[in-house]
Amino acid sequence: MPAVLEIEGLRKTYKSRRRGTRNALDGFDMRVDAGQVHGFLGPNGSGKTTTLRTLLGLIRPDGGRMALLGHEVPDALPTVAGQVGAIVESPQFFPHFTARDTLSLLAGAGEVPAVRVDEVLELVGLRDRSGERVKTYSLGMKQRLAVASALLKNPKLLILDEPANGLDPGGIREMRTLMRTLAESGMTVVLSSHILGEIQLICDSVTIISLGRRVAFGPVDEVLAQHSSGAVRIRLEAVSDLPVATEALTQAGIRVTGHPDHLMLAGVDKPASVTRLLAEKNLYVSELAPIAVDLESVFLELTATAPVPGQHRQVDESMKVGGTGQPGPAGGGWGA
Amino acid sequence: MSLFRTELRRLSKRRFTRYMTLLGLLVLAAVVVGVFFTNQKIDAGQLARAERQADQQYQEQVRWSEQERVACEQAKTAGTATDGRYPDDCSVITPPPREEIKAEWFLPSTFDFKETFDETLIPFAAILALVGFVIGASFVGAEWSTGGMMNLLLWRPKRLTVLLTKLAALLTGILAVTLPAAVLWFAGFWAVANFRGSTEKMTSGVWQSFALTGVRGVVLVLVLTTIGFALASLGRHTAMALGGVVAVMVVGQFGLGILLSMAGVRFAEAWLLPTYALAWMTKTVKLEDWNACNATYFGECKPATMDITWQQSSVLLSVGVVVILGAALWAMRRRDIS
Repeated sequence: MPAVLEIEGLRKTYKSRRRGTRNALDGFDMRVDAGQVHGFLGPNGSGKTTTLRTLLGLIRPDGGRMALLGHEVPDALPTVAGQVGAIVESPQFFPHFTARDTLSLLAGAGEVPAVRVDEVLELVGLRDRSGERVKTYSLGMKQRLAVASALLKNPKLLILDEPANGLDPGGIREMRTLMRTLAESGMTVVLSSHILGEIQLICDSVTIISLGRRVAFGPVDEVLAQHSSGAVRIRLEAVSDLPVATEALTQAGIRVTGHPDHLMLAGVDKPASVTRLLAEKNLYVSELAPIAVDLESVFLELTATAPVPGQHRQVDESMKVGGTGQPGPAGGGWGA
Repeated sequence: MSLFRTELRRLSKRRFTRYMTLLGLLVLAAVVVGVFFTNQKIDAGQLARAERQADQQYQEQVRWSEQERVACEQAKTAGTATDGRYPDDCSVITPPPREEIKAEWFLPSTFDFKETFDETLIPFAAILALVGFVIGASFVGAEWSTGGMMNLLLWRPKRLTVLLTKLAALLTGILAVTLPAAVLWFAGFWAVANFRGSTEKMTSGVWQSFALTGVRGVVLVLVLTTIGFALASLGRHTAMALGGVVAVMVVGQFGLGILLSMAGVRFAEAWLLPTYALAWMTKTVKLEDWNACNATYFGECKPATMDITWQQSSVLLSVGVVVILGAALWAMRRRDIS
């Protein structure tokens, strides 16, 4: 599949006399293939919004290469801007204009037919409230308006930064359906969000960023599989057999943690080998359940942002790829 | 072109633009109405009455000076004229010439179009320049502070084109208000002169002079509008322009004026911006230094003078626009948008 978005070695450094030098982006790589819904994840301050702003020409990079729809940006931004719809960070609009006026002015500036305004208002569910001033809107309604403004161009690439922010549960579900519908129609969607359950449900692939560098990327299933701990929970027919089973499994090189009514095994490549080993010892398994990892646990592990009791993690305290004892990226090189 | 049209539409849709424009036009209308009601047309009867009053005044002056001259001579004879009340030579106590007592002093205020209209173009330009400055600052400042500029740049990534198109739309809008307002201003005062004064002695040269003053007024409005726009764009907030102008006027102008006068600097007004704005409108402002005495052949003391011309003002306005707008364009091109 051709790449719709490519970033290679992107760097952005902020220099301040008081605070010194801070690398917001430190050789960041990213690739999004056509037709995908791609999740872009990272803790607060990890560089997500800086990446999107840089990609869209709002911030000047200090190094690296970027391409959108096969065109090098920022040089070719005027060429591709009409095919890229984006909302960056929280939705911001002139508060005294109505939603219709807001979209109508954007449509005018972008030479989009006026009829498209009604289409997107219908699409995001603001048709009946489009004559009201934006300042009367709730955060969720502003979010819908922001998505409408991004969809106005009928773009090939849609970049949405926290689109579910402020939406009610129904709105989140509608947004999820909308993303999938758009992707099925051929639109590529890049979604930055902290609602990891949503990302796992919606996205085909993800990129995880921490401290300005990519720490994981690829299809969601692969990322989950690569960071699966191979944990398995087993129960036996007789609880009294647990000590014997523990001894047999330990001898086979499997790490075992005992519990009153079950055992937790770690480092199990093939669960079938466990049943075979125990059956040979006349120990019969009544339950064998691989413990699945979710995107949230992978995210917390990769970015080292899991809460620790009694500690208050600061914004920049997260995982930097390539550090001592720290995991590298899930894949290597340019793109997936 | 679509961006230009859109920005014009955005400008006209903004409530602030509408209210400020309306307020400015109402103030201008109030000035015309005020002038209308404080002036009268002078008829022959009023003129004759004024001439009689001037004659009476002259006769009083003659009587009074004769009394004083007699009193002076008596005091001199009595030897009591040493208190400085009378001059050494009592014959110098004379009444003023008859022509120095003018009949106009005894006439009600009347609006002479040829003599007075030029002056009315100064408040016209000042009010619309203030309106233009505030609208210009708000037009781009609000866009920056509400995120509208960022949204627009996601659609139109050419930053300088966007900013200059916005400025072009703003100036077009301001011009669209200023030109009809100027025509109405001319027409309004022509009507005032017709009903409450005089339109006599108007020649093509006078009309040309008025037209040129009007053009300079319009240019001043556009310059101030551009500066307001550029300052707000530079600071990315309306308050930057408004705060900046308050700081310049209060600290830079009133403060500087007081400081210069305390220091006894010659022609202190030459350092103050309003002098140049006035010179731009009136072609010349003559500054006088009463501390310097230039004696004439007849022993009269005349102050030293300095002329501030509209050409000097044009240089100052041009440099101001180039520097401030240039800085705004540079910042637009170079600074990150976050």
